[in-house]
Parts: sequence; C-alpha cells; structure tokens
Amino acid sequence: MKSNTPWILWICLSLGLIVYFCLQLKSSDQSIYLPGTSTDGHYQIELDCSACHTPLMGINEQSCIDCHGADLTSANDSHPKSKFTDPRNADLLGKLDATKCITCHIEHRHDRTHAMGLTIPEDYCLYCHEDIAEERVSHKSYAFNSCATAGCHNFHDNTALYEDFLAKHLDEPDFKEPTLIMRGPLKERMLKSEVARFLKPDGIPAPDAPIEHLDLSGSAHRDWLATAHAKAGVNCSDCHVSSTGTNESDWNTPVSHTSCQKCHQDETQGWLKGKHGMRLAQSSTPMTTDNARLPMNPNTAHKSLSCTSCHGAHTFDTKQASVTSCLECHSDEHSKNYVSSPHYELWRTEQDSDATPYRGVSCATCHLPLVEKNRNGESTVHVEHNQNWNLEPNEKMIRSVCLECHGLEFSIDALADPDLIKTNFQGLPSRHVESIDLVRRRTEEK
Amino acid sequence: MNENLRNKLTLGGSLALAVILTACGGTSTSTATVSTGITPQKMADALHAVMESDRTVYTKKVVNRLQNEQQVIKASEHWEDDKALPLPAQMFRMGAEMVTAKNVGFTYGLLSKWPVNKQNAPKTEIEKQGLDFIDANGGTEPFYGEETLGDSKYFTAIYADVGVVTACVKCHNEHKDSPKTDFKIGDVMGGVVIRIPVDS
Ligand code: HEC
Repeated sequence: MKSNTPWILWICLSLGLIVYFCLQLKSSDQSIYLPGTSTDGHYQIELDCSACHTPLMGINEQSCIDCHGADLTSANDSHPKSKFTDPRNADLLGKLDATKCITCHIEHRHDRTHAMGLTIPEDYCLYCHEDIAEERVSHKSYAFNSCATAGCHNFHDNTALYEDFLAKHLDEPDFKEPTLIMRGPLKERMLKSEVARFLKPDGIPAPDAPIEHLDLSGSAHRDWLATAHAKAGVNCSDCHVSSTGTNESDWNTPVSHTSCQKCHQDETQGWLKGKHGMRLAQSSTPMTTDNARLPMNPNTAHKSLSCTSCHGAHTFDTKQASVTSCLECHSDEHSKNYVSSPHYELWRTEQDSDATPYRGVSCATCHLPLVEKNRNGESTVHVEHNQNWNLEPNEKMIRSVCLECHGLEFSIDALADPDLIKTNFQGLPSRHVESIDLVRRRTEEK
Repeated sequence: MNENLRNKLTLGGSLALAVILTACGGTSTSTATVSTGITPQKMADALHAVMESDRTVYTKKVVNRLQNEQQVIKASEHWEDDKALPLPAQMFRMGAEMVTAKNVGFTYGLLSKWPVNKQNAPKTEIEKQGLDFIDANGGTEPFYGEETLGDSKYFTAIYADVGVVTACVKCHNEHKDSPKTDFKIGDVMGGVVIRIPVDS
C-alpha cells in the first residue's frame, strides 16, 4: 500500500505557508510580498504598496500621473496619452499601448530595467517611426536603439533637443559671457517677492518660546537673530507649534516639514516629490542615509532627512545648504570630485569677492535650480527642491541650468559623456552628439 | 435603428445642437427637436460647421491680423518658447485633444496629403480616399464613409480645409518640412476628419 505521508506533508506545508503569509499581512515588515527589486526611482516607497497598487494589487495608473503628471506637462511631453487615444492610431496601440505608463515602465523587474526605468527593448521607436529614413535620409544609418540613447531624442522631454531649438542655438560659444547670465535677475525676483510677502516693518520680535525651551544666551537664539526669519517676524512658535496654543505638549522639536510648508509651499512640494522627501510624502518614516542606494559618507550613516538636516535648524544658511550639507552625506565620485572642479572654483571665488555675483556653481545651482513657475496665472520664482525634476534624462538640465553659461552644443556633449560627469566636469567633453551637425547641414541646405 | 445607436445619436444630436446653439449665441431653441434622432452625417456636418467657423475666426481675426496685417506678433510652432501665437493647426489640435480626453463619443483631427508634420499624413484607407475626393472636387463636397479601426466601427466624414488667407499659404509654402511649396489662396490644403463611433 502506498504511504500517505507525502500528501500529508504537502498539505501541512501548504497550510503552514498560508498561515505564515496571512500573519505577515499584519506585520510591520511587508517586504516578503515584494515581487522583485524595485527601481531606483521607487525603492524608497516600495513597502507602501497602496502608493501604486489598488487593494487587490492591481496597478493604479493614476498614481503615476499623480506624481509625474505635472512634470510631463511642464516638459511639453512629446508623446502624451492624448496623441494615442485617437482611433486612427488603433493599429499602433496594438503594437505598443502608449496610453499606459506600465507598457514601458514595469516595476519590480530589475533584470529587465535599463536607463529611465524602461523595461522594453530600446528600439521601441521602431514601432511607429519605421519609415524615418524616408522622411529624413540623414537618419538612414542610425540604429533604432540609438534614437533615445545617443543624446538626440527623448520619448517625453525634448524641450532642449527639438530641431528648431538646436537651430536657434547653433554656433554658440562653449563658454558664454557673464552678462548673459539669467540667474541673477531670477534670484533677485525671488528674494524681492519673498521679502514683500513676509518681511514685517516693525523689526525683530521678542522670542516667544515657553520659558523651559528658551535660552537667551544659547546658540539657537543667537542664530535665529541673524536670520531672515527673525527679520520677517517669524517667531519660535511659528515653527515649533504645529496647531493651536503654546502648551508644552504642542511644542515640537525637531520641527517637521509641515511647519516650513506654511510659508515655503513650492519648496516643500518639490522636496516631497524628490529623493529626500518622497518617503514622507507617502506618510511613512523619513529617508535615512543608510537606506540610500548612492554611496554615502559613513560619518553620517543613519542620518534622517528633513528640511533642517540640510538647512540647519536656526541658522538656515543657504550657502551651507548649497554645498556643505550635500557633501556631508553624498560620497559618490561626482560629488567627491566637485571640490576640484572648475564649477567649485567659481563658487569659491564668488564667496570671496563681490566682483562675480551669480557666477559660482554650487551643487544646488544644478540640482536645486531656481525655477520660474506659473501659479494661478501668475509667474513666481522658487528653488526647485525635487532634484529629479531636471536629472533624468540629464538633457533636462540643459535649459534649466547649463545654457546659462554654456553653448547648447557644448552642453549636450558634456552631458552625453559619463566619464566627464564622474570627474565633475574637469576637462572638455570627449563625446560629440551629431544631432546639431545634422541641423546645421539642414539649415544650410534650405 | 437599434436602441443603442439611437441613444448614442440622440445624445450626439443634443450635443451637436448644444454646440451649435452656443456658437450662434443661443438664439432659439424652439425650432429644433432632437427626439426624432439625428444621423451621424448630420451630426458630423454640424460639428464641422462649428469647427470650421472657429478655425476661420482664429486664423483671420487673430493670426492673420496680428501677424500679417498689423505685424505685432508672430505665430510660431514653438509658441511658448518664442512667446508667440499658436498656429491655427495647433489651436485646432489642442481643442481636439481636450475633446478626446472628455470621451464624449467623437474625435476629430486635421490631415493633409502634403503634411508639414508627417503624423498628419493620411493613414487609413478611408482617409486616403477622402482626401483624394475633396482634393478632386476642390472642396465643394465633403466625403463620407465607414471604417473599422481596432474593434470599433466608425462613421468618418472628411471636409476640405481651405487656405483662406495669405497666412495659411505663405507659412506652408515656406516651411522647411512642407513637401508642397506652391499652395495658392483657395486651394484645398488638407482635410478635417471627424469620426463618430457607430454600432456594427
Ligand atoms: C505660421 C505658420 C502656419 C500658418 C499661418 C498655418 N499653418 Fe497650417 N500648419 C503649420 C504647421 C507648422 C503645421 C504642422 C503642425 C503640427 O501638426 O505639428 C500645420 C498643419 C496644418 C495641417 C495639417 C497637415 C500638416 O501640414 O501637418 C493643415 C491641413 C493645415 N496646417 C492647413 C492650414 C490652413 C488651411 C491654414 C490657414 C487657415 C494654416 N494651415 C495656417 C503652419 C502654419
């Protein structure tokens, strides 16, 4: 007679597994449900399943739009959904459903994910632009997997790469004259509007912290006195008290981003979308350096991120936040090489003399740039605290940063040279992206 | 006529009517009754009347006046970067994309056999037939047909898009991507395609 033991074992094991997974549902660590390694873009929030999934673990496409939609619109998305919903494109959608983000960007598929979080082969342009060589004979020899990888085109953001833009910026010098720099006026506009919004005419108020938190001879008080906060009448309770009253129980130390957000809306909004704040945006715990995928300085292991981790509580020194704070944690090659770069040299010179205002290039100049934005039909300027806003693909940085001081051709070439990026731009680009030559030739022909 | 289609058309009819009445400044409601239903062709004709009028107004009263007559501002393909007016075709497409997003049961677009933007070249068999047809008759008569795209059947109407002012002709003839450089005023430059889903 056959033994039943294998069957009984199998049933017991299965039941055991079911019970285990059910119990895990209640556990605070949900990582066993992760179907695979998440992308660099999303790993910070990978345990907040509901950020992207429906209750039955379907994919909520709207969650992509909620986080990335505004950026796509501001980047003048070259392939918006609306281009594909026309029935005349039904045959194309059969080949590649470009109305859905997840057609090209599938999460938790580490083995298949390449640049830009793409999970389809790089020659996807072929599906619709198969006949490009007929329209542009110059493109005949190019491979379809090079359209978006050679520095010429992007699927979404072509604001610095479209043909007429290249034509407008042909033959610019690699290094522009300082007079052309726009950042000065932008910064002055920002400060002016901030000052107009906040500065109170009746001078610095007496600090209003409850006695047990107040040390008039301490550094907190001294630092505060020197800040724009004090001059603007922003008092202790404005940051330390979240809701009502000044009771001991309402006193918050450290202060969370929600306090800063009361006045610095655009900055906080950007921060919550970027790598520093996105975890808090999903209302879980803050990001910490030990969770970073980029190399971090061991001295600051386990540092958790908030507004004050970079800006310093009470001092709020923007110079510190522009360089020192970044280098305290970041220790990848690009970051470490910054202090020997020509950009840093300019930054140091700017600090040392008034002769060259706005010529310095700090970490923040490129990664937390000054941005003009339309808010309710009004133009405002703010510091974009979402570093990813102009980081990937890196051509996004051209218009928001590089063109201030460099020509377009030089900027495109520099950003296409990974080794030059590693050295933090010490030297000249060793790569050349041909697109501008094609445009030059075409302009001459016409 | 099956129930579903009738519902669709009645809905479509009311919509077209609403569009027309709004466009006319809502003169009178007593003359029109939608309860008898409205054919896809009538609906397409009505929609086209509104589109064509708006398009002509924008081209003549805004683009041509400000760019060519009074020469105060240009129209440009890159209107945001150039701080310029959107081209008539872009204005039309922005509207079309908004309508598509609203999912109200019809779609429309602007195509041409001599497209500046190659994505605006005719693609389906009906589009090709239709553009040939309106080109051959000089835009005196629209083209109507039916086609199946994906899993759905559509009533497709194609109306001539005529170069009504200098601005149209000049800009297309001079554009580096235009395959035709000898358009004249009054020429059929392309066609407006309207698609209304019908039951198969
Ligand atoms: C200032 C330049 C300019 C003016 C004025 C202009 N167009 Fe265009 N037109 C374009 C460009 C550029 C496109 C391609 C837009 C796109 O789809 O990207 C276009 C697209 C079109 C299309 C779609 C097919 C194609 O060529 O891509 C038609 C049809 C058309 N225009 C007809 C007209 C008519 C009729 C007028 C006048 C009522 C007019 N255009 C005015 C520049 C212009």
